[in-house]
Amino acid sequence: MSDTEETRTDGGEETGTEPAFEAAEYADGTVTYPPHTVGPNGAERVGSIDLRDREAQVVTWTTSTATPPGVREPNTLAIVEFEMGDGYDGPPVRALGQVATPGDESADAAEPFDVAIGDRVEPVHTDDLRDPGAGIREPDSQSWDGFRFRPVDE
Amino acid sequence: MERVAIIGASMTRFGQRDAWVRELLAEAGEAALADAGVDGDDLDHLYVSNMASGEFEGQTGVSNALAHDLAATPAYTARIDQTSASGGAGVYGAWQSVASGASDLTLLVGGEKMTHRSTSEATDVIASLTHPVEYKHGVTLPSFAGMTARLYLDEYDAPRESLGKVAVKNHRNGVDNPHAQFRKEVDLDTVLDSPIVADPLRLYDFCPITDGSAALVFCPESVAEEYVPEDEYAVISGIGGATDTHVVHERVDPTTMGGVVDSSETAYEMAGVGPDDIDVAELHDMFTILEFLQSEDLGFFEKGEGWKAVEEGVTDRDGDLPINTSGGLKSKGHPLGASGVAQVYEIFEQVTGDAGARQVEADTGLACNVGGFGNCVTTAILEANQ
Repeated sequence: MSDTEETRTDGGEETGTEPAFEAAEYADGTVTYPPHTVGPNGAERVGSIDLRDREAQVVTWTTSTATPPGVREPNTLAIVEFEMGDGYDGPPVRALGQVATPGDESADAAEPFDVAIGDRVEPVHTDDLRDPGAGIREPDSQSWDGFRFRPVDE
Repeated sequence: MERVAIIGASMTRFGQRDAWVRELLAEAGEAALADAGVDGDDLDHLYVSNMASGEFEGQTGVSNALAHDLAATPAYTARIDQTSASGGAGVYGAWQSVASGASDLTLLVGGEKMTHRSTSEATDVIASLTHPVEYKHGVTLPSFAGMTARLYLDEYDAPRESLGKVAVKNHRNGVDNPHAQFRKEVDLDTVLDSPIVADPLRLYDFCPITDGSAALVFCPESVAEEYVPEDEYAVISGIGGATDTHVVHERVDPTTMGGVVDSSETAYEMAGVGPDDIDVAELHDMFTILEFLQSEDLGFFEKGEGWKAVEEGVTDRDGDLPINTSGGLKSKGHPLGASGVAQVYEIFEQVTGDAGARQVEADTGLACNVGGFGNCVTTAILEANQ
């Protein structure tokens, strides 16, 4: 299901050619990232939410120095929790992602930003998170672009 | 439902081995059959626990290959893959085959051949169990451990040193295990000064890459004494299996392993025992932080208190609840499909009084085998024949 064909239930519109940061919304109001066939309580999927413009807080993070083939080294990763607004009372909406590097977001050589638990971050799109042809997974079996997280200036 | 006995057990030396997966499986399988005093052609079912022989070695069809090598045809065979919990899932499958009446004699062999691959390649094979949105970020199982350890230390005000003490304890236990990959003590400074792998975790917080195999023979308890003396078999009094979310970041509490909670509740209920009745346990310490999480989620300690038990020596071999007397995955090694079988092997040795220098006073023991980062879990409780 492409992002542009999906029913947007967050009131937003697609902007430019940058893919959406697509989470799924279910009939009982819960939201998950990534989308699943049905929600955590078995409710049917009713649409999508774009997380691109939402800020999140760092739940935890690590810097991995032993990375698989085709992955930047070191690779700082964080689990972040999105701010879903006062009207949302479902389970936390989180994502795991690479921490962005200062400057050119596609540059793997630079050291990622420093982050700490509780820091506020925002998503930033990157075309290639790792080299699709270097690992064990079939390159055509999934997408390889996605969203890194960079600190929000206070 | 028929109660199920384990009447034979074996494991190969774990470590860097010249043998390939078929040879490793046959080595352990043949030894377990000999231990039980049975032949391959006595078997009704034969299961092989293995995560990735195709990916690691290009050898698939391992259960059929083993049946032929052990002259076990025409026994029904199947390969059981549940990632790092393949061994535990194999124990569940073998137990189920006998408990259901489908088999009167079942052999389970778990094994993996990994060390011919580089660390980077082996890490990627294991990481391939992750969801596409995790995999594309280059996540590894060690990086999940690093993130969880950071959160645990922060939430429960635990000192970094407490994780290191898990490694020190399990290496100390491994010295007395002739099958262990590392039979060498390490001190806390060595652990805390070792290279960072997934901050805040360091090299000695992680299990090694390992080749090895382990095997168990199962039959109905009612006929166990036809094979072995009454004090040489153990009974699986409780067993449970459960899954948690595939996507790790979707768990409401990242420091709780729901699969451990759920599988152990089932096992305790079936056995009619509780956490306080367990005399010895083998936990899946693929990473030091996992020993804390499992010891809490199994109900041995309150949430956030598992680190204190290690600090106070409660889980030492001479403590009130010895954990990982085998040396654990940390010292013994972690040949993926073999590990859950080897955990039960250690508990079998303990409750039948055959653990040698590692022996503790134990009538009831528990093994908890974890796949992925808590994605799928099997908990088994063994009791001495009394």
